[in-house]
Amino acid sequence: MKYMLMMNHPGQGQYQISSWPQKDIKAHIQFMISFAKKLSASGELVAGEGLAGPDQAKLIRAGNDGKPITDGVFAESKEFLVGYWIIDVESPERAYAIAAEASAAPGPGGKPLNMGIEVRQVMSGPPPEFM
Amino acid sequence: MRPSSPHTRIEHLLRELAPQVLGAVIRRFHDFAASEDAVQEALLAAASQWPRDGVPDDPRAWLIQVAARRTTDQVRAEAARRRREELVVSLVPPELQLVLGADSDEALGRDDALVLLFMCCHPALTPASAIALTLRAVGGLTTAEIAKAFLVPEATMAQRISRAKQSIKSSGVPFQMPTPEETAQRLGAVLHVLYLIFNEGYTTSSGSELNRTDLSGEAIRITRMLHERLPEDADVAGLLALMLLTDARRAARTAPDGMPIPLPEQDRSLWDRASIAEGIALVTAALSKGAVGEYQLQAAIAAVHDEAARAEDTDWPQILALYEVLMKLSDNPMVTLNHAVAVAMVHGPKAGLELLKALDADARVAGHHRLDAVRAHLLERAGERDAAIEHFRKAAGRTTNLPERNYLLMQAARLRDTGA
Repeated sequence: MKYMLMMNHPGQGQYQISSWPQKDIKAHIQFMISFAKKLSASGELVAGEGLAGPDQAKLIRAGNDGKPITDGVFAESKEFLVGYWIIDVESPERAYAIAAEASAAPGPGGKPLNMGIEVRQVMSGPPPEFM
Repeated sequence: MRPSSPHTRIEHLLRELAPQVLGAVIRRFHDFAASEDAVQEALLAAASQWPRDGVPDDPRAWLIQVAARRTTDQVRAEAARRRREELVVSLVPPELQLVLGADSDEALGRDDALVLLFMCCHPALTPASAIALTLRAVGGLTTAEIAKAFLVPEATMAQRISRAKQSIKSSGVPFQMPTPEETAQRLGAVLHVLYLIFNEGYTTSSGSELNRTDLSGEAIRITRMLHERLPEDADVAGLLALMLLTDARRAARTAPDGMPIPLPEQDRSLWDRASIAEGIALVTAALSKGAVGEYQLQAAIAAVHDEAARAEDTDWPQILALYEVLMKLSDNPMVTLNHAVAVAMVHGPKAGLELLKALDADARVAGHHRLDAVRAHLLERAGERDAAIEHFRKAAGRTTNLPERNYLLMQAARLRDTGA
């Protein structure tokens, strides 16, 4: 079963990480790189991307003429998605374990951030008995 | 890429032969789209069979034969479909239509690669389509490989390629050696496409890998082939020089953790001396012919950087002079931005910062992370630490390249650390 793990950035404005000391940023980046490598090696990683900064974000909806109406930028929004992983695992417990690992990524002073990781199951096709 | 393993050797051979085979098959069947599909299948067959069974005595003939057989099947199926649809019987059986002279002329094979290149860089195609088609038809890459290089699903890339082929078909441009006049007209588009392929490999515009050397290597290989066919063309020589002089720094450009290393901090002992020597010889010869185009000038600037044993030995006044000529040739805001850096190196950071103000009003570059990053560097050199931190952070928020984002965050952190 597939799950999407979403890393939401709490707080406002710029990346929190941009106020950390250099060595802490480095440790955090290293963690993220090896985390992705490990998931990839275990065959559990389906996809994962970091997203560009929220000051690039736009909200689009179609107008009556079907043309895009652009809204944004949303620098004041409460939280925003900074990146995600899609994983393919045997059980929800495994998905939670991986999410917990991501949650404990090192922050300032090397202390675990314990940030919230939203875990959502990816919907799939109809079960065999319906086919 | 080191041509050491048999697998790599076969891959190189296939890439080299791909355009020659495609050219030969198109000359027989006069159908670019069908021939291109058939050659792709022949290349895939070779890639799976040759490592196991050994490379045939005449690999080119083998590929032509397999591709021709596939095209014949396709033409037969097409003819059968037409018969069913139109209820008319073709007077000439497809077998007879196909019995044309054998291809043994090597020189003809090489010219085919050139014809293909000029076909693929058709002005009616978007650069994205022309790039994909060039990599497949001239570069011999599979759709899967091209898709991987551009980080898109294979189906997306397949669609892009088939749309491109459709555009070529409806353009009605025949498959033949372009006349000297057409060559001159089309050459600008060809060089632009090759330049884009190189740049895509050298600095990816998005994603997590800073270097995708496959694409840079492929661009160099095709440009080198073009230079061999058109040795007198100064723009071709200039572009090849620019690629070699830039690619020479590849090993020094990235730290083991994937972080980009800027030019002044690179370990210059890692630079590829052979590429630098070749690039400098090419650009010197091109400039001595008196033809001063954008590629030659950019190559000359790269050469000045590459000639400096240490960053502080860089001949900035010469670079500044070259940028001034370049600015007269092109209205590219990125050139203006680099010119401002050269001005700062010669006349001090304040003079450079002054020039950046004009770019704030230029919609093409205002809000681009490169403008913030350059401003941050110059502010740092001017001693304005807080403003520099602010602009490094701004640049980090604006780039879509992950290693570059990390690099910019680190710069901001480095300045904060020194102030703490």
